[in-house]
Amino acid sequence: MEIGLIVLAIMLATLLGWLLRQSFNAQPWIAEPVEESASQAPFNARPKLVALTAFLAVATSFFALILSAYSLRMELGDWIPLTEPQLLWFNTAVLVLASVAFQWTRNVAVSGRASQIKPGLLLTGILTSAFLVGQLIAWQQLNASGQYITSNPSNAFFFLLTGVHGLHILGGMYVWARATVRAFGGRDAAAVSHSVELCTIYWHFLLLVWLIIFGLILST
Amino acid sequence: MGYVAIADRDHEIEHHDPQTFITKYVWSQDHKVIAIQYAGTAIFVGVIALILSAMMRLQLGFPDQFSFINPENYYQFITMHGMIMVIYLLTALFLGGFGNYLIPLMCGSRDMVFPYMNMLSYWVYLLSVIILLISFFVPGGSTGAGWTLYPPQAIMPGTPGVDWGIILMLASLAVFIVAFTMGGLNYVTTVLQARCRGMTLMRMPLSVWGIFMATILGLLAFPALLVSAIMMLLDKTIMTSFFMPAISSMGVDSGHTGGSPILFQHLFWFFGHPEVYIVALPAFGIVSDLLSTHARKNIFGYRMMVWALIAIGGLSFIVWAHHMYVSGMNPYFGFFFATTTLIIAVPTAIKVYNWVLTLWEGNIHLRVPMLFAIAFIFTFIHGGLTGLFLGNVTIDLPLSDTYFVVAHFHMVMGVSPILVVFGAIYHWWPKITGKMYNETLGKWHFWMTFLGTYSIYLPMHYLGFAGVPRRYFAMGNTEFMPESAQDLNAWITMSALFVAATQVLFFINVIWSLTRGPKADPNPWDATTLEWQTPDTPPKHGNWGHDLPECHRWAYDYSVPGYEDDFIPQNVAADVAPAGRDHGGAH
Repeated sequence: MEIGLIVLAIMLATLLGWLLRQSFNAQPWIAEPVEESASQAPFNARPKLVALTAFLAVATSFFALILSAYSLRMELGDWIPLTEPQLLWFNTAVLVLASVAFQWTRNVAVSGRASQIKPGLLLTGILTSAFLVGQLIAWQQLNASGQYITSNPSNAFFFLLTGVHGLHILGGMYVWARATVRAFGGRDAAAVSHSVELCTIYWHFLLLVWLIIFGLILST
Repeated sequence: MGYVAIADRDHEIEHHDPQTFITKYVWSQDHKVIAIQYAGTAIFVGVIALILSAMMRLQLGFPDQFSFINPENYYQFITMHGMIMVIYLLTALFLGGFGNYLIPLMCGSRDMVFPYMNMLSYWVYLLSVIILLISFFVPGGSTGAGWTLYPPQAIMPGTPGVDWGIILMLASLAVFIVAFTMGGLNYVTTVLQARCRGMTLMRMPLSVWGIFMATILGLLAFPALLVSAIMMLLDKTIMTSFFMPAISSMGVDSGHTGGSPILFQHLFWFFGHPEVYIVALPAFGIVSDLLSTHARKNIFGYRMMVWALIAIGGLSFIVWAHHMYVSGMNPYFGFFFATTTLIIAVPTAIKVYNWVLTLWEGNIHLRVPMLFAIAFIFTFIHGGLTGLFLGNVTIDLPLSDTYFVVAHFHMVMGVSPILVVFGAIYHWWPKITGKMYNETLGKWHFWMTFLGTYSIYLPMHYLGFAGVPRRYFAMGNTEFMPESAQDLNAWITMSALFVAATQVLFFINVIWSLTRGPKADPNPWDATTLEWQTPDTPPKHGNWGHDLPECHRWAYDYSVPGYEDDFIPQNVAADVAPAGRDHGGAH
């Protein structure tokens, strides 16, 4: 449980530190005109960004707990390290490219070059889909070589981790699809740009999660 | 600045006024309607869980007198009673119900930040409840694994509901967590982003603080339950071995190898302990506001109250293994977890002192909500003190499997939060419905519930000390137990049936109020918080009419010297009325 605990401690410490900073010098019993107290509010109104950040905290907790379970289960006697399909290296590269492509699309969107958003979005979609297909093929390769999910706990964790990671990506693809449809409909450029910005953060997050998962699987 | 953008949304929101009956009351995106839907559903399943507990008590008080209760049923009653009360009633009611209703109104916003996701949250919650209820009717019935669902027995033959019940239970939990996450993201974002002008974090009423911190705990802790539910589902359905050791049951090999049941316990309690505070923190917050309002005094030590909430939230993540002392662990771990558990008593005690000091020299009005709030202080101190016993490894070991633990956790997270729930319902009822309830009936409800629950749980401590084991269907020939233990059990059962029956008074009051209750004053308690200052009672869609409120002061300006009224609402400007002082401005 150490991994889960450390990750959680960092997230909580960040939050609590922020909350304490908000509240430390406050003298709430003093009534003040609105203007002065309004200037104490340090946030910008970006509810979607805040909600995404909160969701990333939830997802971090989720993955960290699975990895905690992984490290606890690994110490038991029947653990046989997984022989990773070489395809995973290719998949990782594709996911990195997808992240880079999204970052490029975001930069384009922010700087207002709207015409380049569409190819950017398409490219990210293709790369991300390729990653998902690649993961499915990796599953099949494992199954074909007789490495089923039930064969060994290391296999079970591999299928579980790649499965839930893939599901998170699919969730992101839903937002990507909505943004893409909007972009091609030519409506609401601001909304498209905002979606792309948020998606970029989410893609980087999932790339990071995948790199940690992959690193852990390789090293154990 | 955030305020501008929210103000910009005004015209947009006004255009979204729901027109038809369906969009207004069924597929509603209005936080107040969603709150009532959440609360109604939660109370409905809560009543089912109450009936289940009455059935358990019948068997314990009068063993083998009732042919419809056999050991299998008994374990199913226990399991579903616990699971429904903790998750589907209390979590859903405090966060989905009160969270939804109070956050936007108390923060001075028009609605949750994401109304559509808020609506979705309720319907997904309803789906989880439906899956849960279906499990009563599948072959083999619901699961009887105990609310902790410990493997291996939860998915081994011989446990009731092993075929379908456990699968539906785990599926229902997973669906609930999805619903909670959608709601929780909304609550957090609304608190952080949609407060009205002048509503700094440190001017928020403690109710909002409690709900806010509990939501954060829920968002970080529920994933642990989700992870363990998914893994156990896989162990059950496709024979992985995350939790299941190699095991042979009645000569048949289960097919699992080498899994770790202790791993499940870690994951479960990593969720399970913060869950206690997910239920407790909103209760702490709400009770603070009830005490302050009905004692006409500012809350004692507001900042300390906020910091105590934050500290309890943080600490609640590093005490989980105190639920696992009896599973065996390295003595150093036991020492660590006992220490952290006892440390959590510090911020909790600060809160209790502050509640009591808030009452000190207050102008106490013993209305129904206040009675429930003061009763909470009693039951919570009581349950908290027995927690100090159980937090120590050496004392926990002999007591852990006895009724002492049942008494402890029912006092601290059963009775106490439920008293706050009732207090809060009575307190906000005039605002929610626009009608008053019957004060006399409410007081009868209070006294019978309060004294009745004491009559149930106080003797249970004694049963625990006498060594009566919990979880047993029947005691059999256990010679160490005195005969009187059985008499006590019969008494407890009669008290439990009595308390369950008196809850009818509450529902009678609800019906009476809705049909013949007098029209409520918009601010019947002379409270300061923003929800009592709405232009309409009950508040209409959008809450505030044309203009959003502005907040000029904290929520606790009661009995401020030199002001004609004994309260100053949060939206009264600073130059119109003076402000109170901290600590005892009421003199």
